[in-house]
Amino acid sequence: MKALILRDLRLAIRAGGGFGLGLAFFLIVIVLVPFGVGPEAAVLRRIAPGILWVAALLAALLSLDRIFALDHEDGSLPLLATAPLPLESVALAKAIAHWITTGLPLTLAAPGLGFLLNLSPAAYPWLFGGLALGTPALSLIGTFGAALTVGLRRGGLLLSLLVLPLYVPILIFGAEAARRGGDGLEATVPLVFLGGIALGTLALMPFAAALVLRINLR
Amino acid sequence: MSIWEYANPKKFVETTTPLLPWTFGLAGLCLVGGLIWGFFFTPDDYRQGATVKIIYLHVPSALMAINAWLMMLVASLIWLVRRHHVSALAARAAAPVGVTMTLVALVTGAIWGQPMWGTWWAWDPRLTSFLILFLFYLGYMALWEAIADPDTAADLTSVLCIVGSVFALLSRYAVNFWNQGLHQGASLSLDAEKNVADIFYYPLLACIAGFVLLFIALVLMRTRTEIRVRRIRALELRARRAEART
Repeated sequence: MKALILRDLRLAIRAGGGFGLGLAFFLIVIVLVPFGVGPEAAVLRRIAPGILWVAALLAALLSLDRIFALDHEDGSLPLLATAPLPLESVALAKAIAHWITTGLPLTLAAPGLGFLLNLSPAAYPWLFGGLALGTPALSLIGTFGAALTVGLRRGGLLLSLLVLPLYVPILIFGAEAARRGGDGLEATVPLVFLGGIALGTLALMPFAAALVLRINLR
Repeated sequence: MSIWEYANPKKFVETTTPLLPWTFGLAGLCLVGGLIWGFFFTPDDYRQGATVKIIYLHVPSALMAINAWLMMLVASLIWLVRRHHVSALAARAAAPVGVTMTLVALVTGAIWGQPMWGTWWAWDPRLTSFLILFLFYLGYMALWEAIADPDTAADLTSVLCIVGSVFALLSRYAVNFWNQGLHQGASLSLDAEKNVADIFYYPLLACIAGFVLLFIALVLMRTRTEIRVRRIRALELRARRAEART
């Protein structure tokens, strides 16, 4: 499994892997927001947690179809399915690789970009914690979605339509945690829910993704 | 004589053929009767005036929107476990009916909300949950359309329905957490104490019965259509294969 993760990481970092693209997209969306809503600092401070979360969601979404696309194109997906490693572990390895290349950089960059949106200082740790718990769940759900649409032409748009409603609870709890933390309130409750969702998806999504991959590989 | 006999498409179509006009007729009777009763023969509410009458459309459609998804969930499970094509096609058939019910609920809710709350839309937990449910329906229907092989499509959409149900439930509670909301609490229950006043209750029951029967009739009709579409496809394939051989 480690070999699979390392392979995916190497592929992502090399040619056209899109390693930095998620991060760049994140930055661009954050920069666009003040142009859209106006530069007033108070307004930006209020919407900053939500915008950072939505941008993180979209950035994670963009790189989802790459999870299985390359393997599907060069025919290695059936090989992975018949390998000694269980398909569930393959799906988990793919999700981990996706998180390391997309979710982790986003989590690390978000506090850095928070100052662009005048994020209130108290919110930073809650934002970071929320993203640290939420982005693995995003990757896991995204892997399931990618498995559903593997091999479809125009699968990207359908993938967004399928996956974004599944992302809603994570967005709600994450943004709520950052908002409450920013207002100086206690925000452990949403974080605990996020942790629950992260653990739940960790337990269940690899099985769902593997089931769907097997259906698609028939 | 068990319910699984109706998994045979031929028996399903044979049995529903005489049943369908009666179901539609009964649905029409309950709906028209209930709506006329509710709109014209009940007094205006002392607080909400005549606009409360939209409850006769809003509540049944909202109930059916949820129940349609639950029916799709059960049908999906039956397909995954027992591989009855009729079940998968019934789930496929129910989706557009469900999405329309959701839309009716959202629109009638907005029409009710404008005079009541002064706004067409509010990010209230129930409204938001319905909007999310609407998106789940759209995704489900889109996935059916996107995949060429019918059996693969049935399998994938079944898994999506199951995973979607878990997340829909999760979203419901997340949204409750996110916003305490304007929508009134449960005012309709089998416990008579908490009910909307009796004089509104009975026409409402009639409308609910009408919507349930309408849902059943529409899904039966659409499932029959899906079965026929599959038959046509099989016939075409057979014809093409026969041509290819000669």
